[in-house]
Amino acid sequence: MTTELAVEALAVEAHGLVKHFGTTKAVDGIDLAIPTGTVYGVLGPNGAGKTTAVRMLGTLLRPDAGTATVLGHDVRHDADAVRGLIGLTGQFASVDEDLTGTENIVLIARLYGFSRGAARARAAELLSAFELDEAADRPVKTFSGGMHRRIDLAASMVISPRVLFLDEPTTGLDPRSRNQVWDIIRVLVDDGATVLLTTQYLEEADLLADRIAVIDHGKVIAEGTATELKASVGSSSVHLRLADAGQRTLAHQVMSRTLGVPVLLATDTSALSARITSARDAQDLLPQLFHAGVEVAEISLGQPSLDEVFLSLTGHHAEATDDATEEVA
Amino acid sequence: MSAPDTATRQGTARPGSEIEVNPLRAAIAPRERPARPSAVANAFTFGWRALLKIKHVPEQLFDVTLTPIIFTLMFTYLFGGAIAGDVGTYLQFLLPGILVQTVLIITVYTGFTLNTDITKGVFDRFRSLPVWRPSPVVGALLGDTVRYSLASTITLGLGFLLGFRAGGGIVGVLLGVGLLLVFAFSISWIFTSLGLVMRSPNAVMGTSMMILMPLTFASNIFADPSTTPSFLQTWVGINPVSDLVTAVRGLMAGTASFSQVAWVLVASAVITAIGAPVTMHLYRTRT
Repeated sequence: MTTELAVEALAVEAHGLVKHFGTTKAVDGIDLAIPTGTVYGVLGPNGAGKTTAVRMLGTLLRPDAGTATVLGHDVRHDADAVRGLIGLTGQFASVDEDLTGTENIVLIARLYGFSRGAARARAAELLSAFELDEAADRPVKTFSGGMHRRIDLAASMVISPRVLFLDEPTTGLDPRSRNQVWDIIRVLVDDGATVLLTTQYLEEADLLADRIAVIDHGKVIAEGTATELKASVGSSSVHLRLADAGQRTLAHQVMSRTLGVPVLLATDTSALSARITSARDAQDLLPQLFHAGVEVAEISLGQPSLDEVFLSLTGHHAEATDDATEEVA
Repeated sequence: MSAPDTATRQGTARPGSEIEVNPLRAAIAPRERPARPSAVANAFTFGWRALLKIKHVPEQLFDVTLTPIIFTLMFTYLFGGAIAGDVGTYLQFLLPGILVQTVLIITVYTGFTLNTDITKGVFDRFRSLPVWRPSPVVGALLGDTVRYSLASTITLGLGFLLGFRAGGGIVGVLLGVGLLLVFAFSISWIFTSLGLVMRSPNAVMGTSMMILMPLTFASNIFADPSTTPSFLQTWVGINPVSDLVTAVRGLMAGTASFSQVAWVLVASAVITAIGAPVTMHLYRTRT
C-alpha cells in the first residue's frame, strides 16, 4: 500500500455513527477514539449494536450517519485503503468450511497478490504458528471450535494487518482455546497492531483491554479503563460463593442483615455480592454466615466486578437473559 | 485435534496454552506486501475456489450428471411416440432443448452457493479484502461454466448414444453449447441478485425454480407451440429461452440463421446489462 508508515495517534476514530435497520436503531450515535497499539474492548450484551458497529468500521456496512476513519482513511470514501490495512474476524467473517486450512489461506494470499509459491509458503508459516499444521490438509468443517477460531484469526493475518477487528473472538470457546486466542491478541498488540475486540464477557474486557466502551441499545454508556469504570461505581464490594446454591436465600438474609446494604444476586445461582463503603464493614460477615449454617465456598473483597459496573450503568446484567436481574432489598 | 495433552512447551506465553509465541510473533510481524493483483487475477482466484469446492464436495456434481441423464431418457421415451410418432424423430427435435433446460436448471446453484457464502460468513471475509469488487461473483460464474460444460457433455454423449445426429457437425455442436453457455452466464446474474436478497439458500432455490419453470417448460423445448392456446403462444414467442432453443437447434442441425444467433446474443447482453449492475448494487449495499 502507500506511504502509511507515519504513525497515526488514533488507529480508529468514529463520530456519531448511526445505523438503522427499519425502525430498529442498531447503532444510535457512537463515538470512538482508539489509540494506536492498544486493545480496545467494546462490551455489551447481545443485540447492543457491537457487531453492527464493527461491520461499519470494517467497511462491510455503510453508516446512515456519522463518520469513521481507520488510520486516517475514511471508511466510506476510502474503503479500499481501509481494507488494505485491516483484518476482520468474527461471527460474520469466517473461512470456507469446504476447503482445507491451507487452501483457505492460499486463497486469501492469492487475492492479496501473493504468487502461487509465496502464498503456499505464507499458508505453511501461518498454520504452523497457529498450531494448525497437523490439520492443514483437512477441510475446515472437521475442525474443533478452537481450531476454527484460530484458522479464522490466521486468515485475518495474511498481510499482518495494522488494525484488527475481532467480533466476539472467544464466544463459545473452551477455556484452553480462549487462552490461546488471548495469547494471540497480546502478541499482536506487542507488535504494534491495534485490536478492537467486542465481547459479552466482562472478564475478557477486564483482562485484555486497555480501554473499554460499554455499549447498550446502540449507545456508548460509559468509557474508560477497567479501573476507571469500576471506580465510577465507587466503593468496594464483597463477593460470596456458596457451596450449595439452595442456601442462597438464607445467605441473602444473613448478608443484608449483617451489612445493612442491598445484596445483589449474581447470574451465577450460587453467588451473591454487595457494595460496601469499606472492607471493615464486612468483618462480621463470615462469623455470621458460619453461625447461620451457610456453607461458604469462596468469599472475597475487592473492587466491584464489571458485571456490577454494567448493572449500575444499565440497570441490567451484561450477560443477563432476563429474570436474573432482580435486586432484593 | 492438535495434541491437547502435550505439556506446556518452552516459549509459551502462559501455562496451559499451546501457542508458541516466537513462531507466532514471526508469522504476524509486519512484512512487505505484494503488489495488488489485477481484476482478472482476482476473478480467476475465485474461479479456482469454485473448482476446489467441486473437488472437496463431489456430491454437488450429482445433479449436474444425473439431471441430464434422467431428463433425456424420461422425456425422450415418455413423449417420443406421442408427440413425434417415434422416439428417433423426437430425439432429433428434443435433444438441443433438453440440453438447454438441463444447463439452465443448474444455473440456480449460482445463487444458492452465493447465499450459502453469505449465511456462513465467508462472503463478508471476501468483502473485507481489497479486491476487485465483483470478483467473488464473477469467479463463481467462471467456476460454474465447468459444471455447465460437464452437464452439456453428458447430455450430448447420451444423446449420441441414443441416436441423435447433428447435421451441423462438431463445429455446430460446439457453437450451440457455446451459445448456451453465454446465455446461462447472463441469466445467472438474476440468480446472484436473488442470492443476495433472500434470507436462506433454500428460499433462493425455491424462488429460482419458480422463475425457471415458465421459462423452460412454457417454451418450444418439448413441442412445437403451434397447437397451444394463443396466450401461451404469445408467451412462448417472447420467452428468450425459445429463441435460445431455436438457435441451438439450428446450430446443431447446421441450419441456423444469423438473426437467430444474433437475437440470443442480444438477449444475453440485455439480461447481463440489467442483472449485473443490480447484483453489484445489492453486493455493495448488502447489510
